[in-house]
Amino acid sequence: MKKTGAQIICECLIAEGVDVMFGFPGGALLPFYDTLPQYSQIRHILTRHEQGAAHAADGYARATGKVGVCMATSGPGATNLVTGIANAYLDSVPMIALTGQVARHFIGKDAFQEIDITGITLPITKHSYVAMDAPSLAATFKEAFYIARSGRPGPVLIDLPKDVMTDQAEFVYPEKLDLPGYKVPRQGHPTQLKNAAKLINEAKQPLIVAGRGVIISGASEELKDLAEKAQIPVITTLLGIGCFPGGHILNYGMAGMHGTGYANKALENCDLLIAIGMRFDDRMTGKVSAFAPKAKIIHIDLDPAEIGKNVPAHVPIVGDVGAVLQMMQKMIESNSHIDWIQQLEEWRKQHPLLDIHDSEGLLPQHIIHELYEATQGDAIVVTGVGQHQMWAAQHYTCHEPGSFISSGGLGTMGFGLPAAMGAKVGRPDKTVWLVDGDGSLQMTIQELATLVQDNIAVKMAILNNGYLGMVRQWQDLFYKKNYVATPISCPDFIKVADAYSIPGLTVTKREEVSPAIEQAMAYDGPFLINFMIEPEENVFPMVPPGAANIEFIEQPKKEVSSWRRRSIQ
Amino acid sequence: MATTKHTIVAIVHDRPGVLNRMVSLFRRRNFNIDSIAVGHSEVPHLSRVTVIVNGTTAMVEQVRKQLDKLIDVVKIFDITGEKLTSRELALIKVKATSSTRSEILEVADIFRANIVDVASDTLTIEITGDEDKIDSMLKLLQGFGVREIARTGRVAMVRGSLGVMRRVEKPLKTRVRKQS
Repeated sequence: MKKTGAQIICECLIAEGVDVMFGFPGGALLPFYDTLPQYSQIRHILTRHEQGAAHAADGYARATGKVGVCMATSGPGATNLVTGIANAYLDSVPMIALTGQVARHFIGKDAFQEIDITGITLPITKHSYVAMDAPSLAATFKEAFYIARSGRPGPVLIDLPKDVMTDQAEFVYPEKLDLPGYKVPRQGHPTQLKNAAKLINEAKQPLIVAGRGVIISGASEELKDLAEKAQIPVITTLLGIGCFPGGHILNYGMAGMHGTGYANKALENCDLLIAIGMRFDDRMTGKVSAFAPKAKIIHIDLDPAEIGKNVPAHVPIVGDVGAVLQMMQKMIESNSHIDWIQQLEEWRKQHPLLDIHDSEGLLPQHIIHELYEATQGDAIVVTGVGQHQMWAAQHYTCHEPGSFISSGGLGTMGFGLPAAMGAKVGRPDKTVWLVDGDGSLQMTIQELATLVQDNIAVKMAILNNGYLGMVRQWQDLFYKKNYVATPISCPDFIKVADAYSIPGLTVTKREEVSPAIEQAMAYDGPFLINFMIEPEENVFPMVPPGAANIEFIEQPKKEVSSWRRRSIQ
Repeated sequence: MATTKHTIVAIVHDRPGVLNRMVSLFRRRNFNIDSIAVGHSEVPHLSRVTVIVNGTTAMVEQVRKQLDKLIDVVKIFDITGEKLTSRELALIKVKATSSTRSEILEVADIFRANIVDVASDTLTIEITGDEDKIDSMLKLLQGFGVREIARTGRVAMVRGSLGVMRRVEKPLKTRVRKQS
């Protein structure tokens, strides 16, 4: 029996195991939405803005490891997805973005709500399709899902002209793929593996820097085995947080611009750097010419284009991180590296991350600690972008892969709330805490309504300092405190939450933090806490832009507390 | 680092938008394309793209790897430095009066070029060869007054019996970073 294009799309989604999608309807998508109720297996979550749909699919994908699906109508709907698609592209998140398109005979005529979305998204998608006829829909979806989730994952866009959805065709979901131009490297080159093992066995001061590639590959166990066997200290990138247990004795935290002092000292002094599933982002390397200056570098990554792109490697290994680490583990000798680890421990004492200065005010670092205590590190923490993101990365200890979700490459303010929503939908069994800033939250605050309509119990901790804090921090440190366009007013978040029927609390004192968190956790549903933190608190340590990692600035020892809360109404 | 001209050959799916994806990548990575030539290959539904780019080895290697990641790119090689046969074709419309016509014909003859069109006051010459040959003939013709030039850009093929589809990719090179 023949099916309509819209039915075929639903069948394809089900064949790919999709049980939830985030979307927003519109004229070009009417045939799809008309058909959707026939397929009760697919839960559709209506966001309040298409950007929210894209970030939600992103958060869902990161929390579950599955492909996230978002949908928007043609024209403005499609363009609203763009930031979310770019975000997923830069952080290698598997995503399918479905966009409505005007009917085929209107394409190229500048029809109402027509936009060339495949053209617009060309540089920010792993691949894209315009589905020009109903019979080829099934093969297109099969390919799109495979490309999105395999190899180095990424977003794939399928543009769906309206009349293709009403055309009829036989539905057969293809079993085989025809992608001769698509290669997924698996095992690393044996010679390079041998070279790498030799370097590891000879190294006196080896260091592992692990990134999101470890999480994507599901290689946390392999990483742990390798690190433990040869007793190699591990540092992570921002997106690598969680790929190695937070409390592990060999974990030295995040390195880079806001990394721990001891992680950056380890980078400076290591004689061998084993970079695993990471891409030497400039926020990690600092000044490239001074990055890990004494080290030979082994770079393991699935994407050959990442090898040698920013930092040349002595031993390049292209392959699946898990498979490579498994092989490597057999080739390396047990070791202890006692002197090196003692040195690192020494640095850990000299540069304690938790050196939080005395303050009468409410400090964000304390809040994150309380959050950790209350959840025992078992929550999924999702962040926006800014100071709060860095405090969360520094002070929340994540134990499992997928438990820290943040916008790394694109640094998208407004990512937090919709991504937390997606994470909670994907992992209803987990407590999901959004740690957001007052600036970041206001970019996508409309999604509070989605939380309510679909009963998504995200707990929200807003670190409210009345500033676009990270930009203000740069103005403070590098632009002579010329605070231009960074003081930001915000509404009374509790009243806003209340307007959406979400309960909330404002916290101004340190002793109120823990009870408020307990109350939020005990409540069955979304809950918002508005933490009025010290307005001019800065994130330390910090590597100044363009400086070497070793030049990190620490928290000034006796900071004069500028405890004048800005009046914010 | 010194920049050199690189010859990149890509075998790509013959689908709408493929060229757009490739060219967009060059723009995105800040590369200038010297020339690009596209046509059918020996395999049905696959096209062959020859791109000439100017850049350092590291930059060109990066762009080659990025191009290789495009789903529609089946194979891609940087064949710079190999023994190549490379050719370009040009059509040159040159002003010709009764007094200069025979001189132009002589120049064409020296370069083994063909006259493909004759009009009352012009001659159109077709020439095939490497860029140098075409450039030198153009230089000679400038004096007569060149009305129009159409050049194809370079196409290239590695000498010897092996077809590009049968080539095996070279393993990744190890580049040693400078220790400060």
